[in-house]
Amino acid sequence: MLIKMNGISFETDKEMTILQVSQAMNINIPTLCYHPDLSVRANCRVCLVEVEGMKQLQTACNTHIHEGMVIETNNERVRQARKTIVEMILANHDSNCTTCHSNGKCELQGLTEILNIRHNPYDNVLESEPIMKGNPSIVRDMNKCIKCGRCIEVCNEVQKVGAIYNIGRGKDMRMGPAYDYDLSQVQCTYCGQCINVCPVGAIYEQDDVKEVLACLESDKQVIVQVAPSIRVSLGECFGMTPGTLVTGKIPAVLRKIGFDKVFDTNFTADLTILEEGTEFLSRLNNNGVLPMLTSCSPGWINYIEQFYPELLDHLSTCKSPQQMFGALAKTYYAEKINVEPEDMVVVSIMPCTAKKYEAKRPEMSRNGVADVDYVLTTRELARLIKVMGYDLDVADEAFDAPFGITSGAGLIFGASGGVMEAALRSVYEIVTGEELLNLDFHDVRGLTGIKEAVVTVGQIDVKIAVSNSLVNARQLLDKIKSGQADYHFIEVMCCPGGCIGGGGQPRPTTNIVKLKRMEGIYAGDRNMALRKSHNNPAVKALYDEFLIEANGQISHQLLHTHYTDRQPK
Amino acid sequence: MLLFKRAESPLSFKDYQKDDGFKALRCALSKSQENIIQIIKASNVVGRGGAGFPVWIKMDSVRRTQEEKKYIICNADEGEPGTFKDRELLYRNPLKVIESMIIAGYTVGADEGYLYVRGEYDYLKPDILSAIKQCETEGYLGNNILDSGFSFKINYRSGSGAYICGEETALIESIEGRTGDPRHKPPYTAQEGLFNKPTLVNNVETLINLLPILNLGPDVYRTYGTETSTGTKLFSVSGCVKNPGVYEVQFGTTLKELIDLTGGIRSGLKIKFVQVGGSSGVVLPKNMLDITLSYESFKAIDSGLGSGAIYVADESVCIVDYLMATSKFFEHESCGKCTPCREGNRHISRIMTKLSNGRATQNDLLILEKTSHVMVQASFCGLGQTAPNAILSCLKYFSEEINEHLKSKCPSGVCKLGGDVHVN
Repeated sequence: MLIKMNGISFETDKEMTILQVSQAMNINIPTLCYHPDLSVRANCRVCLVEVEGMKQLQTACNTHIHEGMVIETNNERVRQARKTIVEMILANHDSNCTTCHSNGKCELQGLTEILNIRHNPYDNVLESEPIMKGNPSIVRDMNKCIKCGRCIEVCNEVQKVGAIYNIGRGKDMRMGPAYDYDLSQVQCTYCGQCINVCPVGAIYEQDDVKEVLACLESDKQVIVQVAPSIRVSLGECFGMTPGTLVTGKIPAVLRKIGFDKVFDTNFTADLTILEEGTEFLSRLNNNGVLPMLTSCSPGWINYIEQFYPELLDHLSTCKSPQQMFGALAKTYYAEKINVEPEDMVVVSIMPCTAKKYEAKRPEMSRNGVADVDYVLTTRELARLIKVMGYDLDVADEAFDAPFGITSGAGLIFGASGGVMEAALRSVYEIVTGEELLNLDFHDVRGLTGIKEAVVTVGQIDVKIAVSNSLVNARQLLDKIKSGQADYHFIEVMCCPGGCIGGGGQPRPTTNIVKLKRMEGIYAGDRNMALRKSHNNPAVKALYDEFLIEANGQISHQLLHTHYTDRQPK
Repeated sequence: MLLFKRAESPLSFKDYQKDDGFKALRCALSKSQENIIQIIKASNVVGRGGAGFPVWIKMDSVRRTQEEKKYIICNADEGEPGTFKDRELLYRNPLKVIESMIIAGYTVGADEGYLYVRGEYDYLKPDILSAIKQCETEGYLGNNILDSGFSFKINYRSGSGAYICGEETALIESIEGRTGDPRHKPPYTAQEGLFNKPTLVNNVETLINLLPILNLGPDVYRTYGTETSTGTKLFSVSGCVKNPGVYEVQFGTTLKELIDLTGGIRSGLKIKFVQVGGSSGVVLPKNMLDITLSYESFKAIDSGLGSGAIYVADESVCIVDYLMATSKFFEHESCGKCTPCREGNRHISRIMTKLSNGRATQNDLLILEKTSHVMVQASFCGLGQTAPNAILSCLKYFSEEINEHLKSKCPSGVCKLGGDVHVN
């Protein structure tokens, strides 16, 4: 196929859209509703181009090229049409950019620059409405919404949750839960994927920075834990390339900010492996319910409780690493440093908006004291650092003991497939008593939706599956329901790509960015001296000193939980 | 005429059978699918829903797909304001609609059809359902129709009142249980339509034309109408005429002749303008009434016949007031999916309101024109692309009257001007 774009010839034998051709030719066509990882909606009509012989302007994102096509991407007619469209969007948009969550990162702001819009001829037609913040995780400010539909696409196609959809029509068309409910009133998992794809500041995390700042000023003992995936993404908020490991910078800057102790959630990830691995072996040996499903991802827990409660028995009873940490901090550690649990504040730095909800679950508290008090997403942490006048230009420091020594197995929890890989490294050695020589299970890594493998552990061929994003979890759950799933063990991560693609991660979080973060995670794992959870000396010490045995009585009190059928009846 | 007999009233099943009922179906079932396509092609018939696309091409592309499961949809959503011809066809003889659906199903190789009827026509539902039931009982629907080996069933679906659901892909979304938003094409419905299967979507009037084409043969059919616009067309005439109603005339009849058929203007006043094709149609001033009603002559003025709605206005109607009503309709009926249609219709409606209360400026007219052009050029589907037709034609033919409104004058004395200029 030979086509011409802006007078330059281009030849290809592939099916391509005009937008793809322009990208290959380094020609800029502005877009707004287009997102590289989502199916094309062509709603916003910003990427208009002129195609010879066509009466109407065509959208580059969904128009396929054909032999002999002649395209102009940037003549006066095209520029005027694009400009008019963006002016109309602006006329119905709360343009208080300075106080917006997306200020500086907003794609609409970028467009006004590209199209040189300095004055809007259209009357402002915005009808202000209250900001929706009735849940602990996600805030929706529809005054900012430009109705591009990316959130709808991710919620309905990538996650297949359907918490939000376009409702109403004409000028009243809006994105949101049915009947304008808050997300807490519908089946929402709080995964926050809608936040990650929003081009403006219409959806964002419930901001807890202010509350954490207040705690830091108080007399309380304020400790913090940092999830595995934060160290490969936080750098992006400070101008570094995705995947840059900033492991040592985090404890250093958090101490400067005033946290009394900085701990690593990788530690409780290692602990999870021992608890979950033991639980798995016990199910395997005692005809327990199989396949066993992992339980680290709180968006996933929200999903199965609301959509597949009949399969809750398949879920591992292990709490997530965040909550294991919280439980140990307010019991074992509080006692160790002689502080009352109520005088201690546990802050989590998580890649996740669902973690905010998880921390507020009633079963995650003891005598009315929550195990985890505040959860900050990666984005909020970056803001906290900036508010306190710091950046990541600090000398590396180590995490604090006793929750500071960690393994590469704990680190890879941050990427889809990581929990499974970490579990296999330990289960193999525990069952066989032999040393596992090849630690890298490449079959379970990467962005593929459902990954499968068979691993021979002693006498048994253990059949495993790993899924990321809820549309794939749904597939596996349907298989289990219909009795077609002969897996033993399934890892499920709510977000596409796992925690490195979490709803609390810096924007943009595209597949390209996710792959770089994954590379960072696996590079970190490769370079660690300790790469298996069961070899972690600090974890061993915790068992010797306090827990006694995996899945033992104390473990069950502190590290395991139960689930609730939350399907609307 | 071809589609209606004079004052046809609902026929009983038996009477319909006697009155050439199912003759076309028997004829179709005795022929090969290719053969029927050839006959339709020879008739030159084009779709009556608005786009005027050759019927045989659409049918043939569905027929040629390799999929085993295919659907046909009879579009009776009829949401275009001032259009009520499909209602008459369904009311007067649902059996004809059913017969033509079966023929279409046979021709394209579909074993299932959907009749999607405008929600406001729910009162027709019992009669239509009983007609379907009778056809099933009498062997015209169901398995092995008339021992031909062909099986076909018809499902009835009610619309819920959204104008956009007349657009074929929005209609399909609606049948599938989702919000009626248009899909982008390609893929075309002929390849991926209802439940992602090849689907033929045709308007009621289009399908019904299959009956005279098969009964009379394409040569006789072609003697009706003009060379390129063959057959007859149903026009829904409303407004200030003496006898509003559905009129079947041959293509090539002039607009004036059609209006004369209705008895002319009721009030004794003069005609001011005629809007052809419903709210999304072009507004023609009285000096253009000699235009012939055919696809070619409307194409020549960069317009179309649309659904065949003819709204006739006399001199008591103010053009600004009329456009304000039209713009409010589109502001409400845009699905809201794409920016130009959602936001553009909103701004058009605001400016028309300003004009009608005397608060618009020259700048508003510039914005009105610029918005309309962008909507035509950039909207996602036909709704947004055609919504400004009336505005654009009035800016052309009635600029003087519109400009008078800028000076707080309404020549027809309809708009309440000037009274509230100081109110913000």
